[in-house]
This record gives sequence, C-alpha cells and structure tokens, in this order.
Amino acid sequence: MIPTDSHDSQARSGALVGVGPESATRITPGNALRPEDIALEVSTGLVKPAEDAAEYALRLGDDALILAQRLGHWISRAPELEEDVALGNIALDQLGHARSFLSYAGGAWGKSEDDLAYFRREPEFRSAHLVEQPNGDFAVTIARQFVVSYYQFELYRRLTESKDSTLSAIAAKAVKEVDYHRDHSAQWVLRLALGTEESRRRIQHAFKLIWPYVDELFLDDELTTRLAEAGVAVEPSSLRGDFDRLTGEVLAEAELEVPQVPAAPGGGRRGRHSEHLGYILAEMQVLAREHPGAKW
Amino acid sequence: MKPPHGNPEMPASAGGGSDSSSAPTETTTQAPTDAPTNSTATAPGTTSPEATPQSQAQTGQGHRSAWPLWEVFVRSSRGLSHVHAGSLHAPDAAMALRNARDLYTRRNEGVSIWVVPADAIASSDPDAKGAFFESPQGKDYRHATYYTKSEGVKHL
Repeated sequence: MIPTDSHDSQARSGALVGVGPESATRITPGNALRPEDIALEVSTGLVKPAEDAAEYALRLGDDALILAQRLGHWISRAPELEEDVALGNIALDQLGHARSFLSYAGGAWGKSEDDLAYFRREPEFRSAHLVEQPNGDFAVTIARQFVVSYYQFELYRRLTESKDSTLSAIAAKAVKEVDYHRDHSAQWVLRLALGTEESRRRIQHAFKLIWPYVDELFLDDELTTRLAEAGVAVEPSSLRGDFDRLTGEVLAEAELEVPQVPAAPGGGRRGRHSEHLGYILAEMQVLAREHPGAKW
Repeated sequence: MKPPHGNPEMPASAGGGSDSSSAPTETTTQAPTDAPTNSTATAPGTTSPEATPQSQAQTGQGHRSAWPLWEVFVRSSRGLSHVHAGSLHAPDAAMALRNARDLYTRRNEGVSIWVVPADAIASSDPDAKGAFFESPQGKDYRHATYYTKSEGVKHL
C-alpha cells in the first residue's frame, strides 16, 4: 500500500553523482504514512474505528483542520516571505493530521474526509475554541501556535502508545512535525519578547488574548475517561503538568509571565463554538457546497 | 562591479540594479584596487549578520526586508557533500537554519543543512574568468591519461 520509491531515488542519486546535478538537491517523496493510506484501509474494511475512537479522532482532526484553515490565511501576508512558507508548512502539516484523523473517524459512519470537513454544520464540529481564535497580528498567531504545539506534542507523544493502531500510527507521524512547530513558535516567542519594546508589548498582549482558551484543551469528559481506561486515548488533564513545565521554561527564558486571566467557558468538544467558527466554515466549505462533487 | 545578488529589496543606491546570476555574493577581496566601485561589501542597505534582531527591526522601514542574506547548503544523504541550494533572509543564524529547513527541504531533499552569512563568502571575480580559470586548459600533462604506461608495470 505504501509506495516504495527506493529504486527510483537510487537511480536519480546515481545520476546526480555520475553526471553532475541538474538540480542542486535531490527530491524524494519518502515513504511515511499518508492520509490516502488510511482512507484506503478504511474503504476496504481493513480497519473500522469503534464509535468512541471515531468521536475522539474527530476532536483531534477538527482541531488540526480549523487551525490549518486559520494558518492558511497567512500565506502572502506574513512579515517576510520566509515566514510565509514556514507558516504555510505548519498549516499543511496540520491539514495532513486532520485528513488522517478524519479519514479514520469517517470509517465509523461511512463518510469520507471531505464529507466530514465540508458537509458538517457548526454544532457538529468538535474543535477547541483556541484554534478558532482569530490570527490577530503575528504575535497572536505565534502565541496560539505556542500553546497548540506544546499541547499537541504532549498529546501525540503519549498517543503513540495507544492500543488503537491507527491512532498510534497517525500520532507517530504527527509528533515529529509538531515537535518542529514547538521549536518554531518558541523561537519566535523568545525573539518577540526579547526584541523591541513594541514586539514585547505585542507578545504580552497576545498571550493575554490566547491564555483563556488553554484550560479547555485539558478538560476530561466521559469520552476521554472511557477511552483512557481502554488504553486508546489520553486523559487531557494528564498532559497539563508537562505542558505547564515546558511552556513555563520558554516563558521564563523570554522573561514573560503566565497571564493571570480567567478561563473562557469553552464547549467546543460538545459542539458549542464562538462566533468565529461560522465564518471559518463558510469560507472553507463554500466551494464544496456550491459545487457538490467538484474536483480540483 | 555588481551588487550582492538575490536581494531585490536592496536600495537602488546600493548597486546599479543589475543582477548577478551565479556568484553567491561579490566581495572586494579579489577586485582590483582601482575598480570603479570597490565598496559593495559596505554599500548602504547591506546589513551585517552580526546585527541584533533589535537593530534589524528598527531599521526595517515599510515592507523593505531588514534581514540579512544567508546562503544555504544542503546535504541530500550521508556520504555526499553539502551542495549550495539557494539563499534566504533571516534575522539570525538559528532562524536561518529553520527557514532553510522550510524552504529547501520541503521535498525530502536533505539530512543536513549549513547556513552561511552571504557577507562571509569571498568569491572569485566573474570578470577575471580568463586569468583565473583558463590557464589549466591545454595542460594535458596534468591528467593521468596523458602518460603511457611503462612496459612491465603491474597493477595499473
């Protein structure tokens, strides 16, 4: 199912060494787990998630999907071309995770990733409020990225041990990518906080805006408790200690305080969202809904 | 002489607006001392990679890039050497490495990256190609194939 490109890439590298490179660097697709592989396993009935696991995958997938949609908005708008590509890459990583999780979740209900992404209504989305928060200025996006990536890293790191082999495989692929997202956001937190007066003011303000949405990420409910007992999922509350410690180290180095702000009510996991999600979905879904079945 | 290449946002005053296509950057080290302009390395607008992010940010006006230029070298696999892949802007070396990862290894191209401040590269003068590189031509005796094998020599 996973294509091997070893012959192809060897042939190409041989050509480069022998004749001299036409391109400075060699391009290979690699052979990591792809969303298409999961979709194929689901469609051929090789794997079928239990209802609970599918609900759980939907939460993780929706977080990644909405975040990817938010980050995609930065393309052509970042402060520098290089940062444009960096945020675009992160968005694409998140979109890849979303596709994998949604492809898997859809197996429980006979739905494709596209069915779930484009043809669900707002109350059916299970994403946390954090990821639907507006991009704001660059500092707000970095603050949101900082929180999301440290949370996702702790989550995926543990989820690689899941008894659900598809969830653990997706997590194993995702954790390395999210590790880089952590680094990217931490580097920028340090530079903004220790840069100019203006950049410091902005990142401080950004954390104040973002921090109310942190608590929701770590709330347990009946689903996560059931799944954690079965060894399938991770109790969100169990991630909080490492999250606080590791984000705390970066914030201390950046000479920033953890903002003392009350938590927002949340409710995203139950389909209760802020006013922002509707606009995100309108933009994300309009083409698929206007032209059902369209290919592009 | 030409301005340091690859930076379309260079102020016009820093160079003639012409674009150098091959050399990573022009330096004055090999240029004749009486060259018409021998100050490209310190032309206004070229920023030092040692400069701090603070000073970079403060000099950044409008949408003109205030970040210095870096040259990127990527090694595609173990055993091969690093190959020049291109250049980019970044505020410091740590971010330059990350930007290089994002720009030049998106299609699985590398296992190792080097970034070098473009200012730190001394390059040969493209106008001196004849003096620099044409001398070895016609000197066949510098190649092993020029020589015939002596009789009775083994293991060649």
